[in-house]
Amino acid sequence: MSISVALRHDFGNFKLDVDFAIGKPGITALFGPSGAGKSSIVNAIAGLLKPREGRIVIGSEVVLDTARRIFVPPRQRRVGYLFQDARLFPHMSVETNLRFGWRRASTRASEEEFAHVVSLLGLEPLLARRPAKLSGGEKGRIALGRALLSSPRMLLLDEPLSALDAARKNEILPYLERLRDEAKLPMLYVSHSLDEVARLADTVIVLKDGRIAAQGSVFDMLTDLDVLAQTGTPSYGAVIDTRVTAHRKDEGLSVLGFDGGELIVPSLDKPLGTRLRVRIRAEDVMLATEEPRMISANNVLSCKIGAVRVNGPAHADVQLSCGKAMFVARITHASCDRLALAPGMQAFAIAKSVLVDPQAD
Amino acid sequence: MLDSAEIEALLLSLRIASIAVLCALPFALAAAALLSHSRFPGKSLVDGALHLPLVLPPVVVGYLLLLTLGTRAPLGGWLLAHFGIRFAFSWKGAALASAIITFPFQVRAIRLSMEAIDGGLGDVAETLGASRLDCFINLTLPLALPGIVAGAITAFAACLGEFGAIITFVSSIPGETRTLPLAIYSALQSPGGEVEAARLSMLSIALALAGVTLAEFADRRIRMFAGR
Repeated sequence: MSISVALRHDFGNFKLDVDFAIGKPGITALFGPSGAGKSSIVNAIAGLLKPREGRIVIGSEVVLDTARRIFVPPRQRRVGYLFQDARLFPHMSVETNLRFGWRRASTRASEEEFAHVVSLLGLEPLLARRPAKLSGGEKGRIALGRALLSSPRMLLLDEPLSALDAARKNEILPYLERLRDEAKLPMLYVSHSLDEVARLADTVIVLKDGRIAAQGSVFDMLTDLDVLAQTGTPSYGAVIDTRVTAHRKDEGLSVLGFDGGELIVPSLDKPLGTRLRVRIRAEDVMLATEEPRMISANNVLSCKIGAVRVNGPAHADVQLSCGKAMFVARITHASCDRLALAPGMQAFAIAKSVLVDPQAD
Repeated sequence: MLDSAEIEALLLSLRIASIAVLCALPFALAAAALLSHSRFPGKSLVDGALHLPLVLPPVVVGYLLLLTLGTRAPLGGWLLAHFGIRFAFSWKGAALASAIITFPFQVRAIRLSMEAIDGGLGDVAETLGASRLDCFINLTLPLALPGIVAGAITAFAACLGEFGAIITFVSSIPGETRTLPLAIYSALQSPGGEVEAARLSMLSIALALAGVTLAEFADRRIRMFAGR
């Protein structure tokens, strides 16, 4: 299932002009500041916005082609849409909500699949309840289930977590990760949160003023100093795809290996070989030009400096490569000068903290 | 407790009011949906025209009905000749007059509750495969139910009190068009009818109280249903 999107639309002075394709299942993040045109793009894909000019192809079906006057209405597009506010139907039980799209789907999911989605999202205890008194996290999970059960060809997620507090976010994030890892559906995830993008996305499309500023894998995009500077967002430290390579039970630690080195984290209850995405914030990376020996940090990685970019009056971002993995360290100009950092130099990155995301069980 | 003429007037009032409200309901739903969900040129004009019965003296409405639907009026004559339907001097005329007078109450209540529905629900329903009609039946109607019931109850109560339009259009015929207010009026017109008028007035008051209590109860149940 591939999706290609080309759109041109005007909102007063604001012009949207984008052209991109999503090739495979997994999460593609539409990332950019508010007002960059992210929501308009997903609305156009869902058919809720008719752009001035455009062509959208989902799989083999042309759902929009303004030149040929093709416009498939939203109800026939089979595109699941998770809105920022869950938008559950208040007069229906949770189960009736879940079955709303399911009943109307041209190819209806089986009862087994229904039960699977219900258990995947942990919704069994809620089925008979009304939405009014449920928590934001519960509502979000129900809305996600409702969209999944409508047998969509792709899923649009428009900042589904932005209205939730951290605890509620963590009620939904693991489910989104699990959905990504099942890799059955292409998902387009709108967000202005670097943390969410770093945690969830496989591919990132960076939007700025209605245009695509850059696109690429999440590992490259979030450590690309130029891309992020363009959109006015601080660069992320690192997003690294790792595998559990060893457990050091006696020390209470686990070892995560990646192409370029290994990271040591507090003991994880995961079998060897489990794939884990870890994140390291730029603020949590220190730099040394000589290998530090007497140091409390466990994670000292040898790497090469790629680029140095000014970031604000006091700080500079230093891009580092460690094997195939990319890091960014945020340090002060003063330190930068003192260490005489320059592209091409060898350095040691010290990660003070490695974020391992909790997984859904 | 009540004599046969009183019971007759009471039942006639209830029947005319029920029929008037039920027959006007589909039109009120259509008008409310049109006014709340679409924009078209002349919308404020239509809105104003729909509210006209609220501000016109009921006698004028009755007179206009007489002009158009009287047996010798073109429309009234045609209906009588082709369909055998006669509004003038019949309970049907009383129901029609009541329906027209109370139409704005229904439209207004339904429209307000339709406008209060989150427009985003329609969008999500569409992405889940629902057509416009499907959305109207399964989302708009149930979510507007509190307004529909409130409008129907208000209109029903107003129907029970309608006097001017009925007496002008269909006169006061016992057992045919003499509803409670008309019966009270004619009792007052006849010598020694004060006691009768008082009894009928008490009946009206009892009816009104029962109606208000029922409305309150219905409202609570429906709000629970609508998940608010």
